[in-house]
Amino acid sequence: MPQVTLKNVIDVKDLSLVFQTNDGPVNALSNINLAVNGGEFVSFIGPSGCGKTTLLRVIADLEQPTSGAISVNGMTPSEARQKRAYGYVFQAAALYPWRTIGGNVSLPLEVMGMSKAERAERIAKNLELVNLSGFEKKFPWQLSGGMQQRASIARALSFDPDMLLMDEPFGALDEIVRDHLNEQLLKLWAKTQKTVIFVTHSIPEAVFLSTKIVVMSPRPGRIHEIIDCNLGTERTLDIRETPAFLEIAHRVREGLRHGHSYDGE
Amino acid sequence: MNFIRNSVIPVGTVLIAILVLWYGFAVILNAPFERDQAARANTEISTRQLIANTMAQERPVLPAPHQVAEEIRKTVFDISPTSKRSLVYHVGVTFSSTLLGFGLGTLLGVLLAIAIVHSRTLDKSLMPWIITSQTVPILAIAPMIIVVLNAVNITGLLPKAMISTYLSFFPVAVGMVKGLRSPEIMHLDLMRTYNASKSQVFWKLRWPASMPYLFTSMKIAVAISLVGAIVGELPTGAVAGIGARLLAGSYYGQTVQIWAALLAAALMAAILVSLIGLVATLVNRRMGVRP
Repeated sequence: MPQVTLKNVIDVKDLSLVFQTNDGPVNALSNINLAVNGGEFVSFIGPSGCGKTTLLRVIADLEQPTSGAISVNGMTPSEARQKRAYGYVFQAAALYPWRTIGGNVSLPLEVMGMSKAERAERIAKNLELVNLSGFEKKFPWQLSGGMQQRASIARALSFDPDMLLMDEPFGALDEIVRDHLNEQLLKLWAKTQKTVIFVTHSIPEAVFLSTKIVVMSPRPGRIHEIIDCNLGTERTLDIRETPAFLEIAHRVREGLRHGHSYDGE
Repeated sequence: MNFIRNSVIPVGTVLIAILVLWYGFAVILNAPFERDQAARANTEISTRQLIANTMAQERPVLPAPHQVAEEIRKTVFDISPTSKRSLVYHVGVTFSSTLLGFGLGTLLGVLLAIAIVHSRTLDKSLMPWIITSQTVPILAIAPMIIVVLNAVNITGLLPKAMISTYLSFFPVAVGMVKGLRSPEIMHLDLMRTYNASKSQVFWKLRWPASMPYLFTSMKIAVAISLVGAIVGELPTGAVAGIGARLLAGSYYGQTVQIWAALLAAALMAAILVSLIGLVATLVNRRMGVRP
């Protein structure tokens, strides 16, 4: 497991976010307090409407909080975004269909003004990292959904950001592909030592991947519980049968149940 | 084989149907004149003779296809292209102002769309005027454009091209506004996470995403550019161009000449539209569109 070097690369204090809608204000996030250390793998888990994606988007400076404080790498989210502190992986692969896989990985590098030679080197390196060497010249539609999402991870890693923000990246994939990608993601995390924030609504996925699980609940969106998840450094899919794994999964499930009153559902 | 089955047979069938209908109507519409002639000369005319005559009149109500074909052959191949009696000459005149007007119109439309997409104020202020501009009948405004530009000593190709521009910028502007706004939120968010500048978002996302819209609107624009060029030729005193040819034809009752000019215009439009289709196909292939 990567060594925890930096304290509080993400620091959220009393953060709230209210969306103004036609049906009145919606408390998307309420009183969020959270600290993430460098090199951690943190999962946000919770039912729909609990604000897990919104919180990720606040960290990414894609949404603005209504009140409270947040720092990313010791800066405001906006400064961190301008310094390209993070790579963002969306629910869908969001590859540009008119660009080849190589061209898509190259996109952030072009935006950042890297030379052609350096781009070529980084494209090759990052496609290899996600096992997509040889697909550089293919167009997105020629790849399966899992491969497309791997390409989008390569794209997020291509400019070597400190952090990887992932918004249900494997949510649209079938379970077999998802298991496989989870294993690959863990290896990738060990290799690159990046801080990962990972949004999911799958309990096994969260427990399998994370060092810390943030259980969230809806209406208003808030943090219900933060569960440490130290399942050792070498995780394989087999650990999902171990008592330690099941114990944490149980705690997460209990947390979700308590946090969610199931009113009106 | 596929080409024959998918293109030649369906298109050929329609073509034959049109020809049959055309001949039928030529006989029906031209027959009264022949009967009239026979009645005046107090002679009987056999049906066979009647039908043959309806297809060989000098000024028929509706000329038969082969008469139009013969007129086209004569005015294209027998007459030097520099002569004012040559159809090639007139097509050339209309073609050049169509192309100039279409080029300017596309450019204007794209620039307007870029401005509108990037500025809320322009979106609110320009869009109603752009739509209003197209409600003015072109037949009313075309002579005015010619007259006004003549007064400031702009004559020849440009005034006619301006009329084509006036018509053709509209579909391009409307299409490109939609096209430049077509990227998904996720694709735009992605650019934001890279801290991309507005021009980078434009060139790397909005512009490529708008290509299908551009070519679709260009096809419409080129067709109405041709209409604009022909309309523009009508008030210029019928000097040259397909419009002039149509006008002269109607002055002297030269229906065969009118139909030849009409066919030439239709052919030109078809060629221009397919050329744009060809460019679109090439661009699509480069952009990896699923075949």
